[in-house]
Amino acid sequence: MFKYFPHTKADIESMLKTLNISSIDELFKDVPESVIFNSDYDVPSFMSESELRNHFAELSKKNQELTLFSGLGIYDHYQPAVIDAVTSRQEFMTSYTPYQPEISQGTLQYIFEYQSMIQTLTGLEVSNASMYDGTTATAEACFMACAVAKRNKILISSTLNPNTVNVIKTYLKYKELEWDFIAEKDGVVDIEDLKNKLDKDVAGVVVQKPNFYGIIEDYEGFADLIKANKSLFIVNADISTLGVLKSPKEDGADIACGECQSLGMPVAFGGPSLGYLATEKTYVRKMPGRICGYTHDLEGRRAFVLTLQAREQHIRRSKANSNICSNQSLMALFATIYLSLMGKNGLREVNNLSYQGAHYLYEKLLKTKKFTDPFKKPFLKEFTLETNIPKEAIQTALLEKGIFGGIGLDVFGEQYEGLINFSVTEKRTKAEIDNLVNILEGLS
Amino acid sequence: MINYNKMIFELSNSERIGYSLPREKFSEFHINQLSDNLLRKKELLLPEVSELDVLRHFTNISIKNFGVENGFYPLGSCTMKYNPKINEEMAANKAFSNLHPLQPTSTTQGALEVYYNLQTYLSELSGLHEFSINPYAGAHGELVGLMVIKAYHEDRGDFKRKKIIIPDSAHGTNPASTVVCGMDVVEIESNELGRVDLKKLKAVLNDEIAGMMLTNPNTLGIFENDICEITKLIHEAGGLMYYDGANLNALLGKVRPGDMGFDVMHINLHKTFSTPHGGGGPGSGPVGVTETLAKYLPNPRIKKLDDYYFVENSSTALGQISSYFGNYLVALRAYTYIRTLGKENLKLVGPYATLNANYISKALRTAYELPIKGYCMHEVVFNGLINKDNDVRTLDIAKRLLDFGMHAPTVYFPLLFPQAIMIEPTETESKETIDDFINVMHKIAIEAKEDPDKLKQAPTKTPIRRTDEVFAAKMMIFSYKDYLEYINNRG
Repeated sequence: MFKYFPHTKADIESMLKTLNISSIDELFKDVPESVIFNSDYDVPSFMSESELRNHFAELSKKNQELTLFSGLGIYDHYQPAVIDAVTSRQEFMTSYTPYQPEISQGTLQYIFEYQSMIQTLTGLEVSNASMYDGTTATAEACFMACAVAKRNKILISSTLNPNTVNVIKTYLKYKELEWDFIAEKDGVVDIEDLKNKLDKDVAGVVVQKPNFYGIIEDYEGFADLIKANKSLFIVNADISTLGVLKSPKEDGADIACGECQSLGMPVAFGGPSLGYLATEKTYVRKMPGRICGYTHDLEGRRAFVLTLQAREQHIRRSKANSNICSNQSLMALFATIYLSLMGKNGLREVNNLSYQGAHYLYEKLLKTKKFTDPFKKPFLKEFTLETNIPKEAIQTALLEKGIFGGIGLDVFGEQYEGLINFSVTEKRTKAEIDNLVNILEGLS
Repeated sequence: MINYNKMIFELSNSERIGYSLPREKFSEFHINQLSDNLLRKKELLLPEVSELDVLRHFTNISIKNFGVENGFYPLGSCTMKYNPKINEEMAANKAFSNLHPLQPTSTTQGALEVYYNLQTYLSELSGLHEFSINPYAGAHGELVGLMVIKAYHEDRGDFKRKKIIIPDSAHGTNPASTVVCGMDVVEIESNELGRVDLKKLKAVLNDEIAGMMLTNPNTLGIFENDICEITKLIHEAGGLMYYDGANLNALLGKVRPGDMGFDVMHINLHKTFSTPHGGGGPGSGPVGVTETLAKYLPNPRIKKLDDYYFVENSSTALGQISSYFGNYLVALRAYTYIRTLGKENLKLVGPYATLNANYISKALRTAYELPIKGYCMHEVVFNGLINKDNDVRTLDIAKRLLDFGMHAPTVYFPLLFPQAIMIEPTETESKETIDDFINVMHKIAIEAKEDPDKLKQAPTKTPIRRTDEVFAAKMMIFSYKDYLEYINNRG
């Protein structure tokens, strides 16, 4: 017997008898003999629960938990204890997609609340039920722009995170759509280059704020230019920062998208996290993914359902706007609980505390004279500096003290050589920041 | 409180808070120092509630959900097996969940070892050469697998192969993924036994075929017994075979997709490998390929040299499809599941799941129309009641099941049968649970004859009853803001 398989010998015999067969193998009679796998799998033998715990304890020793001054899309924010307590409830964790609304109101309601929160943060009219991550949400936003504008080219700002750029490029390449880059100037997207590249093929323009360097870009004038060209304006923004920064709606965006990991999700070696996607109602029928709507049951009680499903793959098949089937539902619950706990004031405080820590570190590093700021532009919780200290020396010195930060941006491409990133969240203490500065000050 | 009906926003009381943040450390800086044109003007509509308010709210809405631990969940094609608790305990381990994806590999060897070994186990269990665990979900895996196929043909300079053959019984994601990958769908009709029709398949083969997507067992729960012939035909025509891993649970322990001649596949870790569905994600859709195709797998790759694990970005890869390593903590749960079962118990998954489905098939065929005779695999598809009097439809049967404390099966899929009911019991259900289900299904069949209105009205014992979907689509109330406007306009 095995703990996940309840069948006893007697159960199996009785079931076989009902089926008039003598062994389970007979049920596989349609399978050609030549493809039946008769050997043992070359995987390890089973483990008891305590053996498994010991095994993971050993594996854990090969990982090193570090004090994180690293960001670039994945941030070490505070995680309220309430979240794990709620998201681990089996009613949320083990249920399927809410296709039976009568027994799925828990999931449907939090999706509605999630959509409401993304709506207010982005300022746009409608959010879907969430996407896999910020990179794929942005790629889907590009598809959406091409479908709405009935054009086939996307302009990508050169100040986007290269991970996002790479994913957009893969998606566009295979769908046989085109793209071009808008140049950067002094660390921000160059509006003059945008003007030059807006032509009748451009379906959408993608920008990011805060951008790859951490700079808060100002999109004054962008929306007018883009709209005049009948293209769509796509703003990718770290959702947490929208607690204080101008909303995509206020920027004139048609589509907002990006990463939600910053809403207190674990860094989790990169996943699972959560992508969001929001737009105006005019475009909702071209929007990918699930959407939850408000309604009532036949006794007039408040109810929530998945709606406008005619857009989706299980109905439209090859005519669907996207192949996405799931959302990252449980992570959307995570985001909803986080934003419920934080409210507008908490979100503002998180941003302010991160801002303060980041600016304190920034000033201290400049004072060492070993770092310079090539851009001198406004930033929030992360920033980019230039230095002559080899990045390997920085990394080694910090790792010795259990710190990870000062990421050399050249891991994303040679053009970034000499640039390093620091990120500070509200979790970093003054002692940790001072310690970081002391270590770096001693390097040359 | 099953009648609880508040939205979180309706609990709001300004000044209440549900967080505790570190006190200010650096008062010389303030976010207001940013210039005004960068800051938001519009007030946020977020709740202001205490910690206990939040807990009670979400606890109260959670009990309106139905999870695998509530009761039987025979949702066809979804493999709603038990999601082991030890998986969750391991995924909550901070030594893994606190790792930043850009950390130097010298500090993440444990995490990479899990990832690498899971790749290896999946290869062994599926008979394919190499896996990437980066795809985030089944549909994402399909897209990536199709990208591999396209990359392969283009790499050979063969640019006209852009057609993918898909049986009409396939999941909707198959054709949708094909189009998203910039290829065209060639749909072929199934034969009267619900299988691929070899004649019709042969008729569409030509030098524009990039490959074929197939679920085996197919969505009718039937094994494609001509599978060797099918893969041979596609290969001879110059195409590649894609295995949709949606129904892999039937084969675990019995058949490996690679051995049937498949070149590319995805696995839904949230089905076959027991990771929770989470109300619709996060899932994980690793993609496996043959040795020839391994060079196209997406970046970043996890490799091993001697005893050291490292991250590699290759120029031959199809590109990048995720920010980092996919839904890593989901993969870690699947790893835990494989280590818990071990080679001994993994062998039993498919056989037990298949036994359960056939037992149901046998027991229900006296009341429900079984359109495809013979043995099924891990799931069985009926076409509504045999007795079609009283206009009792599949939807009514599904809704009535909810009143008996069971989740409904998948309904109206596959599209081949107008009243399709697709039942997948999985291997983790006991004979007692299955017998209960069978009894309830027979009770419902009798009700359909004697008291059809009971079914039309069902469910009546659930937190809410049937919903007005037309209203939802027409009113387009997608947020609390929309809701407030709707209430105000209504007066």
